[in-house]
Amino acid sequence: MEVLMSAMIGVLTSIGIYLILRARTFPLVIGLTLLSYAVNLFLFASGRLGVGQPAIVSDSSMGYADPLPQALVLTAIVISFAMTAFVIMLSLKAYAELGTDQVDGRQDEGDAS
Amino acid sequence: MSQLAILPILVPLLAGTLLLLTRRWIPLDLRRGLNLSAAFLQLALAALLLSRVETGDILVHALGNWPAPYGIVLVADRLAAWMLLITAALACFALLFAVAKGTDRGSRHFHPLFQLQLFGLNGAFLTGDLFNLFVFFEILLLASYGLLLHGGGAERVRAGLHFVALNLVGSTLFLFAAGTLYGTLGTLNMADLAVAVSRVSEENLGPVRVGGLLLFGVFALKTALFPLHLWLPTTYAATSAAVAALFAIMTKVGAYCLLRVGTLVFGPDAGPLAGLYADWLLPLAVATLILGSLGALAATRLRTQVGYLVLVSVGLLLTALGLSTRSGMGAGLYYLAHTTFATAALFLIAELIANGRGQLSDRLDPGPVIPLAGWLGGLFFVSGLLMTGLPPLSGFVGKLAVLRATLETPIWPWLTAAILGSSLLGIVAVVRSGSLLFLRAEGRAEDPPPVSAPLSNILPILALMGICLALTVWAEPVLKLMTEVGEQLLRPGDYIQAVLAPNAGRASP
Repeated sequence: MEVLMSAMIGVLTSIGIYLILRARTFPLVIGLTLLSYAVNLFLFASGRLGVGQPAIVSDSSMGYADPLPQALVLTAIVISFAMTAFVIMLSLKAYAELGTDQVDGRQDEGDAS
Repeated sequence: MSQLAILPILVPLLAGTLLLLTRRWIPLDLRRGLNLSAAFLQLALAALLLSRVETGDILVHALGNWPAPYGIVLVADRLAAWMLLITAALACFALLFAVAKGTDRGSRHFHPLFQLQLFGLNGAFLTGDLFNLFVFFEILLLASYGLLLHGGGAERVRAGLHFVALNLVGSTLFLFAAGTLYGTLGTLNMADLAVAVSRVSEENLGPVRVGGLLLFGVFALKTALFPLHLWLPTTYAATSAAVAALFAIMTKVGAYCLLRVGTLVFGPDAGPLAGLYADWLLPLAVATLILGSLGALAATRLRTQVGYLVLVSVGLLLTALGLSTRSGMGAGLYYLAHTTFATAALFLIAELIANGRGQLSDRLDPGPVIPLAGWLGGLFFVSGLLMTGLPPLSGFVGKLAVLRATLETPIWPWLTAAILGSSLLGIVAVVRSGSLLFLRAEGRAEDPPPVSAPLSNILPILALMGICLALTVWAEPVLKLMTEVGEQLLRPGDYIQAVLAPNAGRASP
């Protein structure tokens, strides 16, 4: 499970970074979203991975699921949700104002893939 | 009386919410009055708070009465109170300028956003919890995105997009850092983190160092430290003057966090990780200082130039703080207050100059004579003195204090050379733009813009300069207070005890 989890975080992060470096607003938004997914998983894993752990500590249980990372992830999700909405609106506004989706407002530079 | 520590957060939150809910119903004048009174109330609160903690007490407010490290705490020590005071004073005059200039007419959201920005700033200064710091960062950033884009326009949108994207990546890094630290140390309370870092086991040393340096990267981005400084000049040049003036404190939030985390979590007691930030801070700060001066020299627009001068001041500030000595921190914190007000004043003046030049705006080319050239020229001259640190004003006092503090280190010749060299470049840059704007001006603008209530525009600038003058006149007591702030920072034990064992601290003063 650890390998799967870390591979997932790594893949999401690298795709996110690649998309952000594309310097176009739509990939930028997707890249930022993927990066926030990666960080959410990362935060979640920082409380240690475990299956079937009880949420409430009791004498009979061997361990418990750390509630703090879950609270952190929840906060992070809400914030990244709001930020994504904001970036989408800003990208639309930038497209309307600058007439191109290149982040510097430059016209197309042969990136017509 | 620990509730005093939460009031600077509650006031802007409530005022901002009220302004947001009533933005359609109550007239603009009333909203302006509400916003201004909330800002001045925060100024009074910050002054009260500083007078309470000036003796060295540390006010700790446990939210919901959950004791640290389980609950979230708000901590007001000398440094936090000083930063609050600077923020509140700056906000009052930036807001007065916005009202006088009519910057707030564009949309109904200016006033709520302004208060929410203050909410985020005050929260970031007061919180004693790393994740809470992230949340307050997001609040102040989201409000700043709104303020930055206020008024619209292609240039503003482009600069805004860069600023937003960079800061979102920064926020993600912050979360990675917080996750790393929580995963290895099991806490996010800063005082508790400090204890955990000092006891960190050999196998966790690497991850903790990575987490700490990731945080350093995030704060460096907020402070615009080299090589993460490129966003600052364009962003500050694109926005409206009142907002740019308020943003003068934004880079200082990063500096504050570097100082707080650098002295508390990775402070002198941190064992193998002691001074983790100090090693990086000093060289990067000097590089920022030099690059900022070169940028100011090369700038073709006045507001970009002011943006680069902000970088110079960031470099000098962090050079002083990076010395990690009592006198260095004292000098740095004095300079921080001075440079915040001086930068804000210069941004406001730059806007008035740009307005008076019609089509040319703030481009550094000879143009028509500006209306009110005498007043604006005089103000530009004084703020140039302030920014470049020439005698007799507070810039000189601050720079002298920093120079004196550098003499205590073995590498002082390099530091003094960098500081004095960048001062020289700064002077050349400011003199060049001053002579281009005022001395080589000829004729009248073709359609001179109507000068609306010039005096009320100039009053906030005069007030900001008045603060700098006060900092000059009372330089000695302020510097003494700042040295005491530095002393408190270099003894993180007090902070840790105040947060983690509040009752024990009260018994033995």
